[in-house]
Amino acid sequence: MKRLTLLALCLLAGPALAATEPPYSFKPDTTNTSSLQRGARDFMNYCSGCHSLKYLRYNRLGKDLEIPDDLLKQHLMFTSEKPGDHILSSMPAASKDPTAPSASETWFGRSPPDLSLTARERGADWVYSYLMTFYLDPTRPTGVNNLVLPGASMPHVLGQLQGYQKLIVDPPGEPAPHGGHKPKFELVQAGSLSPEDYKAAVADLTNFLVYAAEPGRNGRMALGAGVLAFVVLFGIFAYLLKVEYWKDVH
Amino acid sequence: MAIVPNPHKTTGFLGWIDDRFPLTKIWKDHISEYYAPKNFNWWYTYGSLALLVLVNQLLTGIWLTMHYKPDEAAAFDSIEYIMRDVPWGNILRYLHSTGASAFFIVVYLHMFRGLIYGSSRKPRELVWLFGCLIYLVLMAEAFCGYVLPWGNMSYWGAQVIINLFGTVPYIGQTLVETIQGDYTPADATLNRLFALHVVALPIVLLGLVVAHLMALHEVGSNNPDGIEIKKHKDPKTGIPLDGIPFHPYYTVKDIVGVAAFLFVFFIVVFFVPDGGGYFLEKPNFTPANPLSTPDHITPAWYFGAFYAMLRAVPAFFNTQIWGVIVMFGAVLLLFFLPWLDRSPVKSIRYRGPYFKIAVTLFAVSFVVLNWLGMQPTTTLYTLLAQIGTFIYYAFFLAMPWYTSIDSTKPVPDRVTE
Amino acid sequence: MSKEGVDVGRRRFLTLTTSVVGAVGAGFAAVPFIASLPPSERAKALGAPVTIDISKMEPGQQVVAVWRRQPVWVIRRTPAMLASLDKVVGQLADPESEVPQQPDYARGAARAIKPEYMVLKGICTHLGCSPKFRPEFPAPEIAADWQGGFFCPCHGSRFDLSGRVYKGVPAPTNLPVPPHRYADDRTLVIGEDQPEGVA
Repeated sequence: MKRLTLLALCLLAGPALAATEPPYSFKPDTTNTSSLQRGARDFMNYCSGCHSLKYLRYNRLGKDLEIPDDLLKQHLMFTSEKPGDHILSSMPAASKDPTAPSASETWFGRSPPDLSLTARERGADWVYSYLMTFYLDPTRPTGVNNLVLPGASMPHVLGQLQGYQKLIVDPPGEPAPHGGHKPKFELVQAGSLSPEDYKAAVADLTNFLVYAAEPGRNGRMALGAGVLAFVVLFGIFAYLLKVEYWKDVH
Repeated sequence: MAIVPNPHKTTGFLGWIDDRFPLTKIWKDHISEYYAPKNFNWWYTYGSLALLVLVNQLLTGIWLTMHYKPDEAAAFDSIEYIMRDVPWGNILRYLHSTGASAFFIVVYLHMFRGLIYGSSRKPRELVWLFGCLIYLVLMAEAFCGYVLPWGNMSYWGAQVIINLFGTVPYIGQTLVETIQGDYTPADATLNRLFALHVVALPIVLLGLVVAHLMALHEVGSNNPDGIEIKKHKDPKTGIPLDGIPFHPYYTVKDIVGVAAFLFVFFIVVFFVPDGGGYFLEKPNFTPANPLSTPDHITPAWYFGAFYAMLRAVPAFFNTQIWGVIVMFGAVLLLFFLPWLDRSPVKSIRYRGPYFKIAVTLFAVSFVVLNWLGMQPTTTLYTLLAQIGTFIYYAFFLAMPWYTSIDSTKPVPDRVTE
Repeated sequence: MSKEGVDVGRRRFLTLTTSVVGAVGAGFAAVPFIASLPPSERAKALGAPVTIDISKMEPGQQVVAVWRRQPVWVIRRTPAMLASLDKVVGQLADPESEVPQQPDYARGAARAIKPEYMVLKGICTHLGCSPKFRPEFPAPEIAADWQGGFFCPCHGSRFDLSGRVYKGVPAPTNLPVPPHRYADDRTLVIGEDQPEGVA
């Protein structure tokens, strides 16, 4: 079994190396407030134990996601009382001294990174694919590996929702958007969500992280529409004025 | 005590100023009675757009400096502070980052206009030289600015560019440490690049822009036909027959150019500020990490061509200095343009096929080189970059030859529409 | 270039309308710059309301809290202290607190929501020093008939136990009462106003 998995990994090594490019594409939608709310809830429940969102404040989250203060405090604020605070995790931060690792680095090998900007640094495709491609791997200390981040120190935190899947090597899946092939998995242990529901949950989480990476995104696009309309209006007047004056010039 | 009344005979408050300061004189000499050729086409709008972008960078830059912290430990955080906690901070940031890229697009188009219409030729050599200096200072300013967010691309970009100075024989390593103020890019580096970006280089840039405009107005503007409008003046007024006052005709026309520019500019600012990963690069959304280089180190997109040239030159005798020389040489070649061009005519309209082919090859190779600079190295890409570098150099170095043997068309006496 | 047949009226109209639209545009463009100057979210978070547990305070005790980097005093006044408030009225410059140095819910002699607890900003209204709490009396070096209060050592301003300023001192107005409210009987929140209709 172990040799077969190793063989599978080797065979997949070629396309898999290309597939540290995310195998799935995902178009985020930060205008879907209920999706963002579900994503926020799942982030707080499953991720915030280890991962901070240190550039995002609770009150900003509440305002943008239309969550009233009391519900915010009750369901989303686990590490702080004050809505103006940043969303921090109780996980010890990475040590600045490589010779003296922090507790989290000792436990996991590396400190769980802050996720405030991950969706901008890696892209929505990457975040979505990361959460979809955990698979069983007995050679890893966590028992799982990840196609997008091979050798990830993170356990499959959403495993209770998705269940656990095995990676199928042969035959390869359909072509992937960034090169290589889409992976094929077989669910060997069911989770509390069906595969469709799990995909929807991952979509919500990804939408939420895209929001968290740039909370001002929706606002700037809305503003932009008005600004462009005004520039067009001004341009029309400016053009008419130009043509009028240039009648003088032959 | 009687004051000599000003020659413009202005009165009132304006008269009081004019008696003591050449305000109306400046207005007349440079705007309302500066006679520009009447046949400017849309290639001529990029100069005023460059001025607009400069004002944008200065204003948004000052405002960003109100919130930014030039400290290794606080810089990256302060950018996110501006993006999230400062009201309208995200807009100010995007105006500044988009403006930086817009500056180079506008300046490259502005320079290309000079190339095709012979605007660098006598008597405008000094206008061109000041312009080349502006280009150099702009590149330095952009480099310093890019380091300030102290993201991972900021750090490694600084590392790579400052290490170019390490190729200088004997003193290289000392030079690098002197520039950096430390053994690697660190807090000291960030602070001094901040001082350069916010204070020193803007002052130099402003001075050069003023000199550029003064040199231009001293001799008068060129035009798409490349002919001198001052050759035919109205005998009574002394005004060039093909000249029209800059105000109102070109103020009014440039405003249309501004509107068109702003339309495209704001599409980027409000809808695609990342510029597809070229204006705000993905690796810069994570803090500087001296222990981990990004997978694809790229310079800012506007440096692509020069970076491609740097990489294209092999490390003969185990030193990279040849690539550095070729790269800097490519910028220096620009300074010699007025004297390399031996054609009797200025404008491409009246030149023969050699120059037209040469300019096309040059433009295509510059664009391709720029793209190549953003790609990872492969044997094919290196070969293409070498060809591109050769074409770029040949455009300038062979110019005295192909411009003097090129055919020309008869140049009209008066401007054409 | 000819200036014949110029429709001056049309020119004026177009120049005017373009200028007006342009001026409006310039106004819009100024908004991000001006609007970015007031306190940021960080400043607001750091200046957020402060919660104090007052249940353990002794009568006559002064607690010093910090809100928006300034000292805020909470004094648990004894019945004697409250009774003395009327005795000094004749020596005060603004005994009725007519100058708006306090929220509407903190007027009257006690200048407080719950008279037992005095909440004051500890900054002298003269030039900004922090006065000293001087509850003990007599104190002839402070005033002839001192009933307790606050004395500012910088220039000698005096305030009574409600922070009301004495006549003839450099300070012009009563000590400010910051916005505050009671979340419950033991919890004082400094920095938020008392909602209307609540005691």
